[in-house]
Amino acid sequence: MHTDDRNTNNWQGLVFPTLKACNIKHIAYVPDAGHTVAINAAIEDIKTTSVMLTTEEEGLGYLAGAWLGGERGALLLQSSGIGNCINTLALQSCGRFPLLMIITMRGDWAEFNPWQNPMGQATEAILKHMGVITWRADKAEDVEKLIRGAATMAFDGDSACAVILGQQLIGEKEWNN
Amino acid sequence: MEQLNKKIFPNRRSVVGKLLKERQDMLVVTGLGSSTYDVYAAGDHNNNFYLWGAMGSAATVGLGLSNSQPTRKVLVITGDGEMLMGIGALATIAVQRPTNLTIVVLDNGHYGETGMQQSHAGKGIQLDRIAHACEFDYSVQLTTLEEIESLRQHIHSNESLNFAVIKISTENPPRTMPSRDGVHIKNRFRISLGFPPN
Repeated sequence: MHTDDRNTNNWQGLVFPTLKACNIKHIAYVPDAGHTVAINAAIEDIKTTSVMLTTEEEGLGYLAGAWLGGERGALLLQSSGIGNCINTLALQSCGRFPLLMIITMRGDWAEFNPWQNPMGQATEAILKHMGVITWRADKAEDVEKLIRGAATMAFDGDSACAVILGQQLIGEKEWNN
Repeated sequence: MEQLNKKIFPNRRSVVGKLLKERQDMLVVTGLGSSTYDVYAAGDHNNNFYLWGAMGSAATVGLGLSNSQPTRKVLVITGDGEMLMGIGALATIAVQRPTNLTIVVLDNGHYGETGMQQSHAGKGIQLDRIAHACEFDYSVQLTTLEEIESLRQHIHSNESLNFAVIKISTENPPRTMPSRDGVHIKNRFRISLGFPPN
């Protein structure tokens, strides 16, 4: 996926440094184009443990384990992966574990593939049903402050938190390339 | 085969009791269902984290713990059904390659908590061979109580990524239930490691 440079305003480059500044030591992820810059930065950073997952709910277990061991992490995923996480969110809910998710949207705006729409349209509602606090960024200038604020509420308040990065922020997918 | 299994495979409580003998500062994560009861029956401990839900997460909780506490031994004890629900985690763990993590699957070939329906393991799927294919350093299937001691010694004396299927009988011992308060279990675990609850 190519992102539209006119819309990015380097928000992609801000995600990982913002997480680092919040003392995040672990980045668990399922690959997504919108997270490419942050994932690559996490992999290259020797002080960060980057964890490639086969399915998103693995990240919920992983981050709970890391917290038991005294360390903070974040989960980078696409909206489609929220469906995979639903039952496992009981771990964060019943254990009141901190959770910080950064979610790139599909099926949200200018979506070429209609198969992305059912989960995309349900993502935020499902998160709220499961007790996850959500914020939505559609503008580049909101990304850093929303991540920082979500990290505060996750790790200082033992809350499950998600920052949703909208497709208007990410840019239109160029299907012809 | 099933009739034979019931006769020859060891009792789950005996297996877990032997495995946790002289556990030292080992950190233990249990999968929901009977594995949680078995570990509690062997003796409650501040370094136990009991899962009562989030089926399929025992191995990944163990991985996060292994990566954040690399100097401590981490032991995941779960059942065949719980492991099967998170089977992809074996690939995730294999890529991470922690050398302080052991996953033990208590395999009775059935979903004990839901009425003893047969599982994929009961139909012949060998989970240790999946771990072997993922290139775990050590992957075994054990069928006798005598083999547990050598596994225990291996865990304590080696830096390696381990996976053991232990075939157990379908005998269903009385439930012994630890606290279901996840916050309490989490906080006492963290306090035991020197971290404050929030």
